Amino acid sequence: MSVEILSRIQFAFTVAFHYIYPPLSIGLGLVMVLMEGQYLRTGEKVYHQMAHFFTKIFALIFGIGVATGIVMEFEFGTNWATYSRYVGDVFGSALAAEGIFAFALESGFLGVLLFGWNKVGPRVHFFSTIMVFLGSMFSAIWIVVANSWQQTPAGFHVVGEGMNARAEITDFWAMVFNPSAIDRVLHVWIGSFLAGSFLVISISAWYLLKKRHVDLAQRSFKIALSVAAIASLAQLFTGSRSAEIVAEHQPAKLAAMEGHFDSLAVADMYLFGWVDRDAQKVYGLKIPKGLTFLLHKDFSTPVRGLNSFAMTDRPPMVNFVFQMYHIMIAIGMFLIFWSWFLMWLWWRKKLFSYNWVLIVSAWSVLLPQIANQVGWFAAETGRQPWVVYGLLRTSDAFSKTVTANQVLFSLILFTIVYLLLFTLFFYMLNKKIKHGPATEDRDIQHSPLQQNMANLLD
Amino acid sequence: METFIGVDYSTWWFLVLGAVFTGYAILDGFDLGAGALHLFFRKEQSRRIALNAIGPVWDGNEVWLVIGGGALFAGFPKVYASLLSAFYIPIMLFLVMLIFRAVSIEFRSKEDMKWWRATWDISYSVSSIMLAFLLGIVLGNVLLGIPLDIDGNYTGNWLHFINPYAVMVGVTTLALFMMHGAIYLVMKTEDKLYDKLTQLVQRTTIFFVISIIMVSFYTLLYIPHLSESIKSNPWLFPIPILMILAIANITRQVAKKKYLWAFLSSAFTMSMLLTIVALELYPIMLLSSTDPAFSLTVYNASSSQKSLGIMLTVAAIGVPLVAVYTSFVFWTFKGKVKLDETSY
Repeated sequence: MSVEILSRIQFAFTVAFHYIYPPLSIGLGLVMVLMEGQYLRTGEKVYHQMAHFFTKIFALIFGIGVATGIVMEFEFGTNWATYSRYVGDVFGSALAAEGIFAFALESGFLGVLLFGWNKVGPRVHFFSTIMVFLGSMFSAIWIVVANSWQQTPAGFHVVGEGMNARAEITDFWAMVFNPSAIDRVLHVWIGSFLAGSFLVISISAWYLLKKRHVDLAQRSFKIALSVAAIASLAQLFTGSRSAEIVAEHQPAKLAAMEGHFDSLAVADMYLFGWVDRDAQKVYGLKIPKGLTFLLHKDFSTPVRGLNSFAMTDRPPMVNFVFQMYHIMIAIGMFLIFWSWFLMWLWWRKKLFSYNWVLIVSAWSVLLPQIANQVGWFAAETGRQPWVVYGLLRTSDAFSKTVTANQVLFSLILFTIVYLLLFTLFFYMLNKKIKHGPATEDRDIQHSPLQQNMANLLD
Repeated sequence: METFIGVDYSTWWFLVLGAVFTGYAILDGFDLGAGALHLFFRKEQSRRIALNAIGPVWDGNEVWLVIGGGALFAGFPKVYASLLSAFYIPIMLFLVMLIFRAVSIEFRSKEDMKWWRATWDISYSVSSIMLAFLLGIVLGNVLLGIPLDIDGNYTGNWLHFINPYAVMVGVTTLALFMMHGAIYLVMKTEDKLYDKLTQLVQRTTIFFVISIIMVSFYTLLYIPHLSESIKSNPWLFPIPILMILAIANITRQVAKKKYLWAFLSSAFTMSMLLTIVALELYPIMLLSSTDPAFSLTVYNASSSQKSLGIMLTVAAIGVPLVAVYTSFVFWTFKGKVKLDETSY
């Protein structure tokens, strides 16, 4: 296989693996802030136990997220040298801002969050939890801004020609607020809230099924469900807004998402289907003129199809993009249904009355994870053949000095290491969940000095 | 070209980058060093104390590498691209070692089985040693220069990075970090472990002094371009002298058991060492051994003036913030290590 293909596989593999963790950190961070806030508000020990327990799970997730994240930062240079030279001026400032504003914040306060329970007062600890959560949110902003710039470049001009061409920044804020940035940041945030809240729902449901830590699990279930219910609905709006932006700025990607070939025709929306690229047909269940309605709120405006693009400018994997996009939407819809069904049960005071509801809830953790993954696959494969949309082709972007054997070596290395890592992660997560929260909460002692510090930050 | 207090933006960013990597060496240096020494501690309790001495801070220390990587990408994208693609294999090993190290720290104390802990202890120590060594290897090659063509593309083969000079710099980096880590640990421990560490401080200091003398002589004798600026600018002469005095002061403070001063001297040694590196390289960042004219410099490899200006603003706002909460975290965990239920 060529260096380009191997590098693409390696990047896709390492980033997909990495992306299991950051959304969980962000979402769990939010739920932990709520838990610790409840503790400070009510003073009930159960919330302290809860926060303490989920902090341990958070530590595990965060640790692997950091380790696999550093890989990403350096992989741009090792495998995508031409790309790095091209985008460095623009993309680099976003990455640098991420490191200094976001990552330093979360990693710094993480020490206090994990090891500071007995060293600082509860308010300082709560403050640290909020800082870690905010750090992870900021982190998402900068990374998604950088990626959005690749989708909808803005605030730059191109200097030089051929292989020496590079984008230079002309307007920092136009770059940051490029057309797709805001909606995609929101979409990623909310996807992360879903990932985190469904993790808590799942763990709580499992305890309830096993009749362990019942009081704690019921409360954590409700806290997480409140987040999930709001987030799942909000995701519908950021999602449809994102689709409109894709239609406006990356019409070829949108056409691939719905398997829409006709150059200029009213477009259908599929609930599910299968794209036959050669026959230019989609077999499946469709809402006639649905896509046109989604984008233009009428039934007559035509939508640009794949055939209106040169063969070399179309996403090569149309069916793949179509499937990824539709799996994401199907899961999103199910999560709305499920979380509001749970809300209804809660309202009827029957939230914990049915075993099957708890069983489905326990498994539901997988759904936001899958949706986050396939959503990114749709976004990134739909952007092909471009690495920077309309400007730089993926086939030009890889490192020219690296050989296929070197990439094959590192790909095998990462595969082995990540399989090991995932096994360990799963084993440890399982162990921590089985071990459960500390039932007899130790008395937390605060030295006078630490009390002073707590008062200082009040 | 845009300037600020008479210095152009490219040079300012070079200085920022130097400061970040110096910060990284001082901070991650002690926890990598502590990891490299890990297997010298025999008892389970000692190993846990040593691990928890760096427990709350190692992650924050590693952030400096993330910032450094971002700063290099942002300010000098051509250097970032050429350097990382040239050192493909060592960088990949470096990344894998970072993963192993993080995992070892996180997982070692989570199970009681002896084999489990022994395995992660070895993995933790070996990865720490390898990381320090690989950092030195890359630094050594950067100092020597690497074969680059006119477009800044690397033309050497994949084994080029292993050469005697780079290995010497690698060993010296390891020795420096081991000494630095031993001094840090001695400040965080008590009783028998403290006694053991006072010995280790002495031995690692000797190890470092020998290796730095060797590497300095080799550099002065065989690599003339690495002493040119100081030779031709006598007013720079105090810098290497200060470094030598700082090294001498480490041994003096160690003998007096004033470990905080020894630690500060060791940190100062690192900054002087990297200052010399920066002075000798500037304005070149990546020397081409094929033809010096192909070298990447702070001027031909930098981002646009506009971009540098934005990033200097970001750094001016961000760095003081980072300094404030890094100090807060270190202050929270000051003093000797006491194990509790939140420990590793």
